Amino acid sequence: MRIVVVQAGLGTPSSSRMLGERLGAAVRGIEPDAEIVEVSVREVASDVVNRQLTGVASPALAAALADVASADGLIAVSPVMNGSMGGLFKLFFEVLDEGVLRDTPVLLGATGGTVRHTLAIDASMVPLFHYLRARVLPGGVFAATDDWGTSASLTTRIDEAAAALVAAVRRAAFDDASRPTPLKPVDAQSSDAGLVLEMDFESMLRDL
Amino acid sequence: MQIGIFSVSDITVDPTTGRAPTEAQRIRDIVTIAKHAEDVGLDVFALGEHHNPPFFSSSPTTTLAFIAARTESLILSTATTLITTNDPVKIAEDFAMLQHLAGGRVDLMMGRGNTGPVYPWFGQDIRDGIRLALENYALLHRLWREDVVDWEGKFRTPLHGFTSTPRPLDDVPPFVWHGSIRSPEIAEQAAYYGDGFFHNNIFWAMDHTQRMVELYRRRFEHYGHGRADQAIVGLGGQFFMRRNSQDAVAEFRPYFDDAPVYGGGPSLEEFSSYTPLTVGSPQQVLERTLSFRDHVGHYQRQLFLLDHAGLPTKTVLEQLDLLGEILPAMREGFDAGRPADVPEAPTHASLLAARGAVDAGGLDRDVPVRDTVTGATDRIAV
Repeated sequence: MRIVVVQAGLGTPSSSRMLGERLGAAVRGIEPDAEIVEVSVREVASDVVNRQLTGVASPALAAALADVASADGLIAVSPVMNGSMGGLFKLFFEVLDEGVLRDTPVLLGATGGTVRHTLAIDASMVPLFHYLRARVLPGGVFAATDDWGTSASLTTRIDEAAAALVAAVRRAAFDDASRPTPLKPVDAQSSDAGLVLEMDFESMLRDL
Repeated sequence: MQIGIFSVSDITVDPTTGRAPTEAQRIRDIVTIAKHAEDVGLDVFALGEHHNPPFFSSSPTTTLAFIAARTESLILSTATTLITTNDPVKIAEDFAMLQHLAGGRVDLMMGRGNTGPVYPWFGQDIRDGIRLALENYALLHRLWREDVVDWEGKFRTPLHGFTSTPRPLDDVPPFVWHGSIRSPEIAEQAAYYGDGFFHNNIFWAMDHTQRMVELYRRRFEHYGHGRADQAIVGLGGQFFMRRNSQDAVAEFRPYFDDAPVYGGGPSLEEFSSYTPLTVGSPQQVLERTLSFRDHVGHYQRQLFLLDHAGLPTKTVLEQLDLLGEILPAMREGFDAGRPADVPEAPTHASLLAARGAVDAGGLDRDVPVRDTVTGATDRIAV
């Protein structure tokens, strides 16, 4: 099971990074063999902007995008900025190749100063992942500054969310295996994102 | 190996002077540039098609016909012809006409375009982009090969008893390249027809270009047109050179930093490392260009983008002079190690000769060469 943790924390250290790491660790607590891959958007921040402006992806950004495309399950964590997800977080998901998160289970997390930002996950992040056709888990994890000090409930929420993600990934794997006839790429060698040929030419012409 | 240049026909402010050429000046200059390309020994000049400012080239066949009249050997091509929003009937007519006027020195490259509003402006839906490219080309392919076409499709009004005129010169349709940056369907289309595949190779890392070309090559072999390494591949590229590489960097940087397509993005150094852009000495340009082959195998056509980003025409002509100087070494480098059975890019002469071979074999001789609809007989005079 390959779980990719994307976090778009701005500071160093950052509470979004911390939350992402905690969620990843909690997954590993349940599924010790899970491979946890961490993507820090901050490290490719200017590359994401360059990609938007010119279409050119740096090798580091291309590697990060390939990691996301390879995920069995995704954990995505953003700081809340001015009432919604951070701009950098959104930009990163804007440069993803089309369709790569389709049917991927996604656990959302967000961090902010106070609990008054809690609904940013539902109000701003969920619609983005619905657009991407991901399977968004109903319970996101929001961590306010206070949660890091006083509250044991954050640990409980992290563990519950991680368990839900693991269950969703297992279910998705089962769904894939039991799908009647998975569409097999015509050209088995070109399996990377965006370059998959799913129909031969005459079928394409016939199905216009 | 065919080596040439392609232009997107942008009219851009020169950031070092703050001035842009007028449309009239830029259009005159493109003819000068194309003529100069032939003078320095290049093989191909290709022109883009756009339907919005800051580009002038909405009507490439007009420009190319004028250039054809002023040149002797240059192959005129496009980069690209919009197969999605143009009527395939008009493409068939325009390019057959151009082919006659240019004495066969014509091929063209199909593309879907990169400007969304062009679709609605021409009454199409951008979501149909790939399907328009497939259906329109299927019709175009027939219009050049069948004297009388009955056709019904999804996008265009039907045709019954239609003959596209003039018929292709010598009954040899212009060779077609299909340009695509990232759509496997287009690589598949090129492979299916045994046409050429062109990757613009400007905004992408070489390994991406390599994967697209590999897909096309495998499918070309799958459809029985030859071995994968015999498929017809073209690449774009861009450079800016001066005899001294520091001078090249210093002179090009303001153009790079202010160019509409790069400005505010990655630095010149980053862009040069991510993509095939080379800014440096003629030797550096030569070596980088020859290294493309390490990624895509022996290929048939290399086009460079030179006249863009507000560079003065004088500078573009100097770039052509420098390219002319390294051209013999570039040709020699491309020829080195090239197997004898890897073909050159098809030309009118080679396609005519290949058809002659087929005719002589008696495979195709039952069809009268005389056009049964128009009654024309003089078009087989070579």
